[in-house]
Amino acid sequence: MFGLSPEILTSIRLTLELASVTTIILLILGTPIAWWLARSRAWWKEAAATIVALPIVLPPTVLGFYLLVALGPSGPGGLIAGLWGARTLAFSFEGLVIGSVIYSLPFVVQPIRNAFQAMGDRPLEAAATLRASPFKAFWTVAVPLARPGFLTGAILGFAHTVGEFGIVLMIGGNIPGKTNVMSVSIYNYVETLQWREANILSAGMAAFAFAVILAMILIDKHVAQAGR
Amino acid sequence: MSGQGAISVAFKGALGQFELDAAFTAPSRGITGLFGPSGCGKTAVLRCIAGLHRVDDGLCVIDGEAWQDNASFRPTHRRAIGYVFQEASLFPHLSVRRNLLFGAGEARSPGSKSIAFDEVVELLGLARLLGRSPVNLSGGERQRVAIGRALMSQPKLLLMDEPLSALDSQTKDELLPFLERLHDRLQLPVIYVSHDLAEIERLADHLVLMRKGRIIASGALSDLQSDPTLPLAMSRGAAVSLDAVVEAYDPRYGLATLVVDGGRFLAPSPMVASGEKRRLKIFASDVSLARQPPGASTIINTMKARILSATPLGEHEIIVVLGIGIDGGGARILARVTKRSWDSLELTEGMELYAQVKGVALIAP
Repeated sequence: MFGLSPEILTSIRLTLELASVTTIILLILGTPIAWWLARSRAWWKEAAATIVALPIVLPPTVLGFYLLVALGPSGPGGLIAGLWGARTLAFSFEGLVIGSVIYSLPFVVQPIRNAFQAMGDRPLEAAATLRASPFKAFWTVAVPLARPGFLTGAILGFAHTVGEFGIVLMIGGNIPGKTNVMSVSIYNYVETLQWREANILSAGMAAFAFAVILAMILIDKHVAQAGR
Repeated sequence: MSGQGAISVAFKGALGQFELDAAFTAPSRGITGLFGPSGCGKTAVLRCIAGLHRVDDGLCVIDGEAWQDNASFRPTHRRAIGYVFQEASLFPHLSVRRNLLFGAGEARSPGSKSIAFDEVVELLGLARLLGRSPVNLSGGERQRVAIGRALMSQPKLLLMDEPLSALDSQTKDELLPFLERLHDRLQLPVIYVSHDLAEIERLADHLVLMRKGRIIASGALSDLQSDPTLPLAMSRGAAVSLDAVVEAYDPRYGLATLVVDGGRFLAPSPMVASGEKRRLKIFASDVSLARQPPGASTIINTMKARILSATPLGEHEIIVVLGIGIDGGGARILARVTKRSWDSLELTEGMELYAQVKGVALIAP
């Protein structure tokens, strides 16, 4: 396809797979966290929010190092891996997913939390006075009203996972077909002076980033217009 | 009053910085006005009734059904209420039709008469709006949809939190007739919060007065209006509202004859049919007193009355409570007279005399 080597295609497929799985897990995991952060009155709420936000400021290598320890044979990840007879979660696709989820969590939680907060208490109160159980109110009122937040979160989570490098290098190693995602491939191609391949992947990534940001701006504009 | 036929509530506790200690009983029919200055806790009481606020020491019994007592607290979504917020608070992601139907599916009210969709649409004039998004409605239209949405959930009690206060006066006047129709057509008890006395005078049957988190009085509207120990009767705009039935209409002069307890009033009115109900408003400043039957006068309403009480208002004026009809046993009205008149006519409490009413206004419906 387009004269791309199977190696590059595998790397693209792996990247998209990782980003998709990560985004789905992040939406499932991030929504209750965002809901809790938006609505709880617990005093330690902001401390929890800070922990969620840490990956934004921590150098990826630092996060990667701790993850390597945690996922390795002597960490909790090793114990979990033992369940299916493996020795470690590091240097595996599963390990990459875990790392990506932690690394991209703030980018998904924050927009969803903001959307839940912007909505305020009133729509939920109105739903409750109309006999809607908290469960029904959440699905029929809170989620539709927070839709722009979910969209932004999902796009950011996906894009951020596609672009990560430091963590993948630390915990994924560089195993073709298993942990060799695009950002790492580019690095490899440059190392081995395969400029053409590096160029193709880099340009692809740049185009992808452009498309993502443009999509977000357009969606935001659309939502703002509908809200008028 | 407690149990059947009554709304009994008592809420005591702190809500943030605010100390609420409010208890009252009201009939579970007609409109109960909850009136007081801004910030006195009216909305807090309403939210407690709805279960949106929770005070630990609370009691809320509606028609014998305990929604909150020492042992239990029913969450909002399990209370058969309709709640109309100050701002319509419609769901912006749903059409008007789907807003109206939002609570309809969840409603189960065995035994009680249910309100059909078409009836709500007709009552509130919503037919043209059904397919539209709430985002594009005017303030008055939104509030009508909000009222319809609350009715569609088949409530046993409708709670309205200053539903008109966010609207301009013209829209207010448009919406008031809808509320009056609601009152006439539906057998649904309403608790209506307002700081606007004019709305209360038009709509309420029963009145609960609040101040600083406490209830200062609860009773029939005209009873509280004519009680000189309460601020209403002692205010500059003191007036009483009387429910009347049209007895006759004279189209030559455009005057309706209206029967109240113990007497009749003539009032200018557009054409009305006999038997219709109207509400009159008589200002204390429009009533004057005479010991002898007055002679020819342009004042068309003159009737016998008895002075039930007299309370000084400031240094030079007196608020007189009058009972009209035989022995003053009928409806009560107020008269504001000067101290000088009181003394020169040698008026005393218990005296029978003539009340001349200069202005009678039809305020509702």
